[in-house]
Amino acid sequence: MYKYDHYDQAMVDTRVAEFRDQVERRIAGKLSEDQFKPLRLMNGLYLQLHAYMLRVAIPYGTLDSRQTRMLAHIARKYDRGYGHFTTRQNIQYNWIRLEDAPDLLADLATVEMHAIQTSGNCIRNISSDQYAGAAADEVVDPRPFAELLRQWSSFHPEFSFLPRKFKIAVIASETDRAAMRLHDIGIQIIERDGEIAARFYAGGGMGRTPMIGPLIRDFVPIGELISYSEAILRVYNRYGRRDNKFKARIKILVHEMGAEKFIAEVEAEFAHLRGLNIDAPAAELARIKAFFTDPPFEAGLPDEIDRLDPDFAVWLDQNTHPHKRPGYAIVTISLKPIGGIPGDASAEQMELIADLAERHSFDELRVTHAQNIVLPHVRKADLATIWGALAEAGLAEPNLDLVTDIIACPGLDYCSLANARSIPVAQKIARRFADQQRQRDLGELKLKISGCINACGHHHAGHIGILGVDRKGVENYQLLLGGSGAEDASLGQITGPGFDEDGIVDAVETVTETYKTLRADGERFLDTYRRVGMTPFKEALYG
Amino acid sequence: MAEPVEEPAVTLDAFLDQSNATSVRLEEGEDARALIPHLDRLSLIEIGFGSFGDGRGYSAARILREAGYQGELRAEGDVLVDQIAFMRRCGFDSFAPERPLDPEDAARALDRWSEVYQPAADDRTPIWSKRHG
Repeated sequence: MYKYDHYDQAMVDTRVAEFRDQVERRIAGKLSEDQFKPLRLMNGLYLQLHAYMLRVAIPYGTLDSRQTRMLAHIARKYDRGYGHFTTRQNIQYNWIRLEDAPDLLADLATVEMHAIQTSGNCIRNISSDQYAGAAADEVVDPRPFAELLRQWSSFHPEFSFLPRKFKIAVIASETDRAAMRLHDIGIQIIERDGEIAARFYAGGGMGRTPMIGPLIRDFVPIGELISYSEAILRVYNRYGRRDNKFKARIKILVHEMGAEKFIAEVEAEFAHLRGLNIDAPAAELARIKAFFTDPPFEAGLPDEIDRLDPDFAVWLDQNTHPHKRPGYAIVTISLKPIGGIPGDASAEQMELIADLAERHSFDELRVTHAQNIVLPHVRKADLATIWGALAEAGLAEPNLDLVTDIIACPGLDYCSLANARSIPVAQKIARRFADQQRQRDLGELKLKISGCINACGHHHAGHIGILGVDRKGVENYQLLLGGSGAEDASLGQITGPGFDEDGIVDAVETVTETYKTLRADGERFLDTYRRVGMTPFKEALYG
Repeated sequence: MAEPVEEPAVTLDAFLDQSNATSVRLEEGEDARALIPHLDRLSLIEIGFGSFGDGRGYSAARILREAGYQGELRAEGDVLVDQIAFMRRCGFDSFAPERPLDPEDAARALDRWSEVYQPAADDRTPIWSKRHG
């Protein structure tokens, strides 16, 4: 994985010093809260319901064991002993004191980590495929391109006060594991006639006006990745709406301008910018790529696995994914224990995961946008050992992509924007469907919960989505069906009137029971929904 | 940091309306590219920041420098100490903040970043070029 050189380290160290200075000026009263707010936001520090929340960037979701141990250390030293992995492959801590934040950032900087641009109206941490470098279906590893974009977008002088936040995802497979088309910019690295290039989508997003990003350029030569990105950002910075915060994302610009006109504007800007020599030298991409070469995989490893323990066999079938090399597997560690808080991990669990990554996965692990952890390169012969260690730590829930593998935002338990609680609803649904046999029978079912229309819980992209709203002071939950954040991206449709907290759990069950009566052989819930439409589900729910 | 010259700047509309002015003021929503045919006779372009959070002026400044503008480029309005380093990178060379900056804070902010990751309107060499000689 990528390692900082003295330049990268100096940038992060400078940022720590700058933020320390800003915090001192705030505490001394030289900065008003209004003036301080955008500065702390660009360092990932939010003022939430109970305390400051600090979001730490995990570029393209990749970590090593040393960094993971530091995240555990931070949980213990500055928080209450745990952290929360997010749908942007980051981690956030919910109980931070402002005066501790500079020291916390200094600790992070010792392991090449930071909280730069994890909030604020700037280019955010760049996300990617959690199976990058391990999946059999990728054209190349997408992370070197994400790293190049990370450097370009860090402290970008022109794009630090955009109309609104800006999220970029980079993938390199036809299978989309990163919800790429639901990003402000989605990039798919492709290969055509032996040439690597970038396919650009723009104007996707969730929030209160969900949009699937249209294709805006099929082929950007890889040497012009930066100038093309810069062209999009400049068009957005100049023309994106600033009169209404809720209409300020690029998706609204693309929608209101129309994709065709937007593309013409970007092309004109690109024609101008590509002549200015702003792209990175080819040698830089080559340098970055060298950090992402394959680890020293062993040849001739066995593919057979002893399946005698039935619990192990269930986990094996559900939580491992084929690896590009024989004898290896990709392991997903579920952070969705039944009744737990989706995406939370204690300091002890993080340390265990770090140990397993160091011992069994070439010192690498990944955070997924579904709020789980991946060990990307595990020898099949080690799987039973890993499972045993995970089971002991309460981390062996065999529910990857099943109904209890729920994405949920922090909701009203933590977030100052939320209208309703998300976590208790996720916990109740998980308990209702706790039976493993039942979950497996229902098959792949992506359930996603947001506690307000900002959609941090990706409810629009859930096969089943739940949106918490406030109705006359009472929490009310709307149900959506048919969304997808994958390569077959689609937006969920609302079933009808909402439900109360217990009613929504019953409603989800009504939907899954209806699916069972309607499904054809091999159909997932989403396939059945797409075939039969909303009507039978509506009838079952409200009929 | 240059001291602003005391010359009143006319509006973009007045300027384009054939005035002989050598200075002009751009508001956030105005198109900097409208000035490109006239850059030779301009010695001051003032770009207004009504609110520090409105970043359109950064693009306007860079566009003008990319078009070869050599004169004074002034940031006026809600210009804060934590923005001036970015502003300078986008081509601003003078600042007229509506609330005066603490000179020490300003000097520190401008000197803080010894390296930059990406090219902009200044002549600083980005890290990715330095890495490869």
